Amino acid sequence: MATLKLTVNRKEYEVDADPQMPLLWVLRDFIGLTGTKFGCGIAQCGACTVHVGDAAVRSCSIPVESVVNQPITTIEGLSDDGSHPVQQAWETIDVPQCGYCQAGQIMTAVALLKQNPNPTDEDINASMTNICRCGTYNRIKKAIRLAAEEV
Amino acid sequence: MNTQQHTVSRRDFIRISAFAGGGLVLGFNLFSSCSPQQGEGVIYDLNAFVKIDTNGAITLMNPNPEIGQGVKTALPMLVAEELDVDWKAVKVEQAGLDTEKYRRQIAGGSGSIRDSWESFRKAGATARQMLINAAAATWGVAPESCTTEKGQVVHADSGKKLGYGKLVEQAATMEVPADAAVKSITSFAIIGQWIPNVDNRAIVTGQYKYGIDTKREGMKYAALVRPPAFGQTLKSYDDTEAMQQQGVEKVLRIDNKIAVLGRSTWEVMQGAKKIKAEWEDGPTMESTADYLRNFRETVAKRPAGNPQRKDGDVQRAYQSGGTKVFEAVYEAPFLAHNTMEPMNFFADVRADGVELYGPIQTPERTRTTVAKLVDMPEEKVTVMMTRMGGGFGRRLMSDFVEEATLVSKAAGVPVNLIWSREDDMGGGYYRPMCTYRYKAAVDADGRLTAWQHQSVGTTGSPARAGSFPAGAVPNLQVDAQEYKTPVTTAPWRGPIHNFIAFSEQSFFDEVAHAVGKDPVAFRLEVLDQAKQQPTGELEYDPDRFAGVIKKAAEMAGWGASKGPNIFQGIAAQYSFNSYVAQVAEVEKRDDGKLKIKKIYCAVDCGIVVNKSGAENVVEGGIIDGIGHAMYPELTLTRGKPDQVNFNTYRMIRMAEVPEIDIQFIENDIAPTGLGEPGLPPAGPAVANAAFAATGVRLRTQPFIKSGLFA
Repeated sequence: MATLKLTVNRKEYEVDADPQMPLLWVLRDFIGLTGTKFGCGIAQCGACTVHVGDAAVRSCSIPVESVVNQPITTIEGLSDDGSHPVQQAWETIDVPQCGYCQAGQIMTAVALLKQNPNPTDEDINASMTNICRCGTYNRIKKAIRLAAEEV
Repeated sequence: MNTQQHTVSRRDFIRISAFAGGGLVLGFNLFSSCSPQQGEGVIYDLNAFVKIDTNGAITLMNPNPEIGQGVKTALPMLVAEELDVDWKAVKVEQAGLDTEKYRRQIAGGSGSIRDSWESFRKAGATARQMLINAAAATWGVAPESCTTEKGQVVHADSGKKLGYGKLVEQAATMEVPADAAVKSITSFAIIGQWIPNVDNRAIVTGQYKYGIDTKREGMKYAALVRPPAFGQTLKSYDDTEAMQQQGVEKVLRIDNKIAVLGRSTWEVMQGAKKIKAEWEDGPTMESTADYLRNFRETVAKRPAGNPQRKDGDVQRAYQSGGTKVFEAVYEAPFLAHNTMEPMNFFADVRADGVELYGPIQTPERTRTTVAKLVDMPEEKVTVMMTRMGGGFGRRLMSDFVEEATLVSKAAGVPVNLIWSREDDMGGGYYRPMCTYRYKAAVDADGRLTAWQHQSVGTTGSPARAGSFPAGAVPNLQVDAQEYKTPVTTAPWRGPIHNFIAFSEQSFFDEVAHAVGKDPVAFRLEVLDQAKQQPTGELEYDPDRFAGVIKKAAEMAGWGASKGPNIFQGIAAQYSFNSYVAQVAEVEKRDDGKLKIKKIYCAVDCGIVVNKSGAENVVEGGIIDGIGHAMYPELTLTRGKPDQVNFNTYRMIRMAEVPEIDIQFIENDIAPTGLGEPGLPPAGPAVANAAFAATGVRLRTQPFIKSGLFA
């Protein structure tokens, strides 16, 4: 048990947690930010994707101690009201079916567009390795292309 | 046709006063297009589906569980259409389980729209009529002289208008009309439009609370240790190390399982890993390799008798002069449902009742099961459904709700029981494993004269006796048998169809190629046989079936060369009263490997309620169908699942998804199922395209093991 200082969505938090606890569970169960989802626990599905700095990371597989004092952004911190161009594109294209994986998909897409504002289809395929069990992949790709025009 | 239609009884329209049922809810003006009024309004329930606030806000209730199939948007659209409101001004809420009010509350069998088409529109029309009657009484005019216009009643002669909010208090006291007329199809303004999912904003901002996100005062998280192999029982366990895990507060034995409770999900999951349990093997600890061998032997023997369907005499047809006979065996592995949101449920068992809250496709049946489990009357058990992170049939089962109930009862606290992915994938209720043997005869004139299906699988019956080409062939026999195993199976999106379409549509393709016929032309020829000279019961409409096949072929440019390396295959399936045909296009790359490039899909599901939702769910079905035909299988070694996470169980990802073009046949037929029918033809269309490209016939899934694909 240790007291850890975290900066999530520009807010400071102090949590008492096992330093080895994955960031995902600190966010969900201790800080109460449940928009970041649990899917597999082994960094395979991407449902738990958040940003550490500008990089997309799979929060189920990084110990919380490794991100102390680094800026963490979750889906809740992307915008106050869903106005981020990627969130807007998701709504315009009507991407979600069940919606469960979409927070992770959006966080991955935002990181991709930050790094590469005009990705080709190959770039999108290479970055977007998150699983969507409902099969919204083609709409996700469409939404990323739309957001790329807006960003 | 199995389409069930309920007529609306007066019981559905029991009026509820402002302070009962729906109750007084704080009004707030989120709805700019509703007559804006500051302050608090009073909400009236005009019926089970329609709540109108005196400040003008309109809320429509969705009674059915939302698993991603889109009912939470599509069902209220039916009500909104007839209520005559501006869709953008409407708010949709999920209703809890209340079968007195809503009757059918289930997500399964692609049945929500089929079952609600008449009754939900009638509910909207009835509420509209009550508002008209209230306005007419206010103005002292005949109701017939009034009409409605996007949330207000209008009297054209006098130019008077009143918003629904201003009328609702009086409308709620009016006699419920029994005969409110519904619109004609040609005047629909909402049905048939492209309407986005009502929960999109909450989803894209991470605000939507799924069941797994539930946290309440005093609640504990719970993880369960279950037998690692099917057929095992718990002998003993040591929880010393688990109890030392930080955050773990309690360990309890629940029948054949061990529950670990504590303050966070990860800590209880860690605790569960630290339980040292001893398990005892059951009498049969089988492996999928045993099943495969057994199934092959079973279908090689003569059927045991009592065929599920028998038309004419297949044996005589095989022996008829000049007849060619073909035979093949097809195999389907176990598959896990793998909803992205793992199984979970909140349960609070108290002395005075049980509260259940979470993702469940069958809330009504679950309530009955749980009431029995805790020995309480059903009315003491409340069930609220959350939007589900996928269903696919897995959440038709209620095993995880029963677990949460037992844990809460034993521990005396509210619990959120959460499965890990390993629990979820290793936990059973799989798509059944089956083997099929087909035999067919084509006579000297090129006519399909016999068709025989013989199957065995880990399910009641792996056959669908009325499936194409049944009804079109003079001699047909279907024999199916169950193989009993401790491995639990369950419906999996498009039950049986999800595999039988592959075996039937591929074998049909085999026969077409073997007798030198074009696979599209041969299908149309056999469907014409069904139309001109049906044999026995004919489940499907041959014209609608032929319609989607022709449409898909036309979309794909079937028969025209698209270059030396492009090959096509077709498959079609009738399921849940809908018709779907798909042409798959594969490219043979320079290294000889195949890449799935495009799917052309034609759908006849009658009237399309929501263009966006319909296209989305069919596209998802196609990707689901391709993904599961191509990549994963779930195998067992001595009862223990060999794949328990996505590192060994391969799911389709974006880079493997082809371009998809979907078109819906336009007609005036009442809507039929859509959540599942998109899936079944996808696998066989790909297999048939692979045959066209390589001459290799794929008879076993997953296809990736064939080595044909990139």
